[in-house]
Amino acid sequence: MKNAIDKQKLIRELSAILPNNSLLHKKEDLSPYECDGLSAYRQLPMLVALPRDTTEVQAIISCCNQHHIPVIARGAGTGLSGGALPSENAVLISLAKLNSIIDIDKNNLQATVQPGVRNLAISEAVADLGLYYAPDPSSQIACTIGGNVAENSGGVHCLKYGLTVHNISRIKIITIEGQQLTIGSQAMDAAGYDLLALFTGSEGMLGVIVEITVKLLPMPESTRVMLAAFDDVEVAGTAVSDIIADGIIPAGLEMMDNPAIRAAEDFVKAGYPTDAAAILLCELDGTIEEVTEQTQRVHELLSNRGATEIRIAESEEQRQQFWKGRKAAFPAVGRIAPDYYCMDGTIPRKKLPWILKNITELSDQYQLPVANVFHAGDGNLHPLILYDANIPGELERTEEFGGRILELCVEAGGTITGEHGVGMEKINQMCIQFEDAELEQFHAVKKAFDPHGLLNPGKAVPTLHRCAEFGAMHVHQGKLSHPELERF
Amino acid sequence: MSDLGQLLSDQIRAAFTDLQPLVIRGNNSKAFYGNTITGQDLDVTGHTGIISYEPSELVLTARAGTKLSEIKEVLAQHGQMLAFEPPSFGDATLGGTIACNLSGPRRPYAGAARDFVLGCRIINGKGEILKFGAEVMKNVAGYDVSRLMTGAMGTLGVLLDISLKVLPIQQQRSSLRIEIDAKQALNLFSDWRQKPLPITAACHDGNALTVRLAGSTSALSAAKNKIGGEQLAYSTDFWQQVREHEHDFFKDERPLWRLSIPSASNINIEGDQFIDWGGAQRWLLSKQDAKDIRSIVENAGGHASLFRGNKSDIECFHPLQKNMLTIQQLLKKAFDPQQILNPGKMYNTL
Repeated sequence: MKNAIDKQKLIRELSAILPNNSLLHKKEDLSPYECDGLSAYRQLPMLVALPRDTTEVQAIISCCNQHHIPVIARGAGTGLSGGALPSENAVLISLAKLNSIIDIDKNNLQATVQPGVRNLAISEAVADLGLYYAPDPSSQIACTIGGNVAENSGGVHCLKYGLTVHNISRIKIITIEGQQLTIGSQAMDAAGYDLLALFTGSEGMLGVIVEITVKLLPMPESTRVMLAAFDDVEVAGTAVSDIIADGIIPAGLEMMDNPAIRAAEDFVKAGYPTDAAAILLCELDGTIEEVTEQTQRVHELLSNRGATEIRIAESEEQRQQFWKGRKAAFPAVGRIAPDYYCMDGTIPRKKLPWILKNITELSDQYQLPVANVFHAGDGNLHPLILYDANIPGELERTEEFGGRILELCVEAGGTITGEHGVGMEKINQMCIQFEDAELEQFHAVKKAFDPHGLLNPGKAVPTLHRCAEFGAMHVHQGKLSHPELERF
Repeated sequence: MSDLGQLLSDQIRAAFTDLQPLVIRGNNSKAFYGNTITGQDLDVTGHTGIISYEPSELVLTARAGTKLSEIKEVLAQHGQMLAFEPPSFGDATLGGTIACNLSGPRRPYAGAARDFVLGCRIINGKGEILKFGAEVMKNVAGYDVSRLMTGAMGTLGVLLDISLKVLPIQQQRSSLRIEIDAKQALNLFSDWRQKPLPITAACHDGNALTVRLAGSTSALSAAKNKIGGEQLAYSTDFWQQVREHEHDFFKDERPLWRLSIPSASNINIEGDQFIDWGGAQRWLLSKQDAKDIRSIVENAGGHASLFRGNKSDIECFHPLQKNMLTIQQLLKKAFDPQQILNPGKMYNTL
């Protein structure tokens, strides 16, 4: 797409809105913004704007809208699906400077913050009050709450405490016309359509978020984590179902397979049994009495299911130790291969053995090793494909392998993304998960907010033409998808 | 148990061509709710049946015409429940419940109907059958249309099938009653909210505060010591009466308003109030002018709907700001370009 205004003129107009050093246009200044957490995809933006407040965000967007310049919002750039990947004709708006906590409302258990506030900083700010913000994506030290809302981020405690969509009550956004809109309320619901749900996870396609009111929770009285080892991955999966079928909803229920266990153990020395086929980490929280009773019960269930070893963390230090390996799993895997590619499909839990078997077969077929880390409680898989980007063709092979895993997730009745978002990365797999009419409905929704397609264009929802091209490479059971469309 | 999806789709396609407004109807248990509208009847009561239910996956999928009572019964057989505790108001269907996003006393502690919706199959205003979401807990592929449908009162699409997250029933429950006034109750709710107590409902009926606890036996006895008050006999009946509006408070001729406001708000409006949801939902019986009620509630950060006793000259739901209404109208058109699905049910211009 050719821009209606030349770059120099746009720089002049935006410079009138922003103070010095808040508009980046030189190549060396733009390069830190060329990718997000999915570093395999890179592209320099035309410009980077660093507004300090809502008024500046409004002015930048109005200016871009007037000249039909695409706008891409970015938080900390930790996203794993290329949602904040720039495009060469776009203005990237970094919301990093909007990083104030505006208000903490102890009586209503809410905090109102700007989008550039880090996820963990919210919990830290309210810790003295005995409160915290529940969603805890593994990047919570660095990722921002604005990005969390845009991606509907999860974390290890989603099973009990929900995703971002369950833990926010109000946002303020700037529309592509530069208007501010308040969505949701400080009450438990708002009048009209649930735009709060629609915006959460919309990947910057509908508006730019400039303020968020999050819900806070009282810290649980007691928290306990157990580690159970199994000599069979399938049995470990069944143990997860045993716990849930017994009426217990753990705060976190994580699984790692042997390659992931060994990588984590080599890296952080968490004390994991490296000969186990799989380990489960089960965290229980609640009142002291409840946690004591549930710990006993879970111990019984794990033992009955044939756990080869069960450990219960007896102190906070030990609890941290148990979690250390899981939390370091991604970087740990990063140490054993030059590059890794993290997938994010979700499946009904009962399909776990089936999908693991298929992933192993594909791993042999593509000659690429895989380590599996799994939010077992809610069926969210993170297979990590190990590869070397310096070997010609290996990234492409990895992407194809990853795509096949996501297609298996859809086949299992699940989804191509549980918590990382579609972004640029999974845009082709959207063609598999959704029918044409459904994709068209998504486009109609976007058009209601963004008639000219200027907000984060090309992400999250593929065009039907893109699906046709992808389908041409991907003929299913001899049937060509989208026969009505031109091929090019 | 049958799938009427195609039949309903054909009816909507015909209405789309003929520009015929449709009034979507389940069991009519909430006929009182929302603006009164006219049009051709679209009966979804025949589209019934639980399609799948996996207790260990915590997921149930059912057709919209399935009765809530049937779903609750099947879940209870496996020790599970709809944790948002929806009212039946007689014989509600699942579709109507989700379309209205109605949740009972457990809402502040477990979540609202919309929080439990995982996926749905709908028919849009063009008669297209579309599927969004899935039967899994975590899913961020595409816009969250399933939750957008929740509470949209059928104006964006006719719900066909709905997948919900379900939760285990906590077997041990106990309710306590404390005779204090509403202001003191709000202070206590606020105090309790900040502590990790196993509370699953908290209300004030005008005379006394009632709080429900659930959890293990030992957790309950520890919490009872902290909270105090008298053990309430027949507590299941009490919470059912609250949920179903069968409590004495609701036996009144005055219009019934639902005020949704920040939990700790103190508001003064002429009339009688029943405080539920630990302060976040106030039922108000009042003859006061709609404008006055809405202005007070809006200043407190909330919104007011005329829940029962609607009149033709008052919008049932809180008026939207102009720019918000515009965007909602555009969204309505995106799903229902000819505006044939329950037009005017939510707002006159939607």
